[in-house]
Amino acid sequence: MKILVAVKRVVDANFRVRVKGDGTGVELDNVKMSMNPFDEIAVEEAVRLKEAGTATEIVVVSIGPAKAEDTLRQALAMGVDRAILVVHDGKTESLGVAKTLAAIAKSETPDLIILGKQAIDDDANQTGQMLAALLGCGQGTFASKLVIGDGKAIVTREVDGGLQTIELVLPAVVTADLRLNTPRFTALPNIIKARAKPLTRTSAAELGVDLGLRLKTLKVEEPPVRAAGIIVGSVAELVQKLRAAEVLP
Amino acid sequence: MTTLLLADGEATAHALTAALQLGGEVHILEVPPNVLAEPLAHFITTLDGYDAIVAPATSTGKNVLPRVAALLDVMQISDIIEVVSPDTFKRPTYAGNAIETVQSTDAKSIITVRASAFPPTPLDGIKRIELGPSDSSMSRIVSEDAPKSAGPELGSAKIIVSGGRAFGSKDKFNELLVPLAAKLDAAIGASRAAVDAGYAANDLQVGQTGKIVAPDLYIAVGISGAIQHLAGMKSSKVIVAINSDPQSPIFAVADYGLVGDLFTLLPELTAAL
Repeated sequence: MKILVAVKRVVDANFRVRVKGDGTGVELDNVKMSMNPFDEIAVEEAVRLKEAGTATEIVVVSIGPAKAEDTLRQALAMGVDRAILVVHDGKTESLGVAKTLAAIAKSETPDLIILGKQAIDDDANQTGQMLAALLGCGQGTFASKLVIGDGKAIVTREVDGGLQTIELVLPAVVTADLRLNTPRFTALPNIIKARAKPLTRTSAAELGVDLGLRLKTLKVEEPPVRAAGIIVGSVAELVQKLRAAEVLP
Repeated sequence: MTTLLLADGEATAHALTAALQLGGEVHILEVPPNVLAEPLAHFITTLDGYDAIVAPATSTGKNVLPRVAALLDVMQISDIIEVVSPDTFKRPTYAGNAIETVQSTDAKSIITVRASAFPPTPLDGIKRIELGPSDSSMSRIVSEDAPKSAGPELGSAKIIVSGGRAFGSKDKFNELLVPLAAKLDAAIGASRAAVDAGYAANDLQVGQTGKIVAPDLYIAVGISGAIQHLAGMKSSKVIVAINSDPQSPIFAVADYGLVGDLFTLLPELTAAL
């Protein structure tokens, strides 16, 4: 079985972004960039399937600037076999990314595609669902458990009402939620070995995909700031304040 | 202008408010709970004459709508918190640390709505659309595990009491939070750390990747206030933080902070109500 994994290079999850003074976006200069945490979980799941003997080959794709090679090298260090970088400078949108991934999936013909459920920069939560639509295959989103067998994927999904387990006919798209696994720490020898693993570069134009933006960003602003609160000295004082604020009966 | 609104539980009434703000008529598509994304998305694409397709940003809405958008070659706008004009919306990015105003250039608008950002509108008198016959060979449901907790739903509760890792065990989490929630008729929430530690079920997680809530009163107990958690609750009207560490980031968003040991303060609070 062949697995395709998609990863995005994003601002590190522990970095607090600042909105630019001119309202055109967030400050991205001199900011630490990392693999999107949900994508890291997707990579880990693919590697575990290979280690278990279920998968035979894992290919990782990223769409982004030349620097996204770092993100792909990290996936290679985790145990992915080869990487494809679709070089693209500037902003991307889920629809364009899904079309690019669909074009790659058509030539790579994976049995399973795993992505993070959302990127922590645009928080769109769309790409996996869109990719499944474009490929005409089933989707198992927000996965907290994945079992492969007999041409099928059994996916346990984290949904509003609890957990839902579905069966998908392969090929299918699965998007990783937080509790699917805990990604491994990549040891130095593997990071060095990853430098020698194959990485090919292509572009959206070569793939025949239009990455033009459909949404115009008119403004980016800071969220409203909450007024400073007070520290109360006791439970009795807290209850009295909350009753005065009319949020307690 | 005609808008199709996907119904999904109590969030529907909130999403209706946003749908009505687009102007024109709204039709509601009732979705039975056992319908999966593949046939549902296909059915929606067979419906003609809609200028906008809207769903609440529930797990169902988030699962289905991007599939619809891709089939219709539209870039979806996720999780809107404000309708600026029929094609322009505000939405949070970077876990709520930047609010974007985006304008769609597509022929249709396809949007999911953050329910907590819009007040509910009664569904009376809104035209209903029936889901047509749909079957899918791509997927099927194997099982559903819906732990039914007592009390109101997290997404619509007026009061939420939420617990973190400081409880130390599932037993303590339940022993201390359940009586307080019962007294306040509150829903119980949890931080990601508490869910990961097994103190609470995954569907109780409040935060950027869990549920986004905005009750009248949010009581965070033993929650340090990681950025991901704050993104899920900082729009609450009044926030109370109870934590032993006065340096916890949760106090930065709290209207009322109480520093101390939750194991003594919580029973005291429950008794005082």
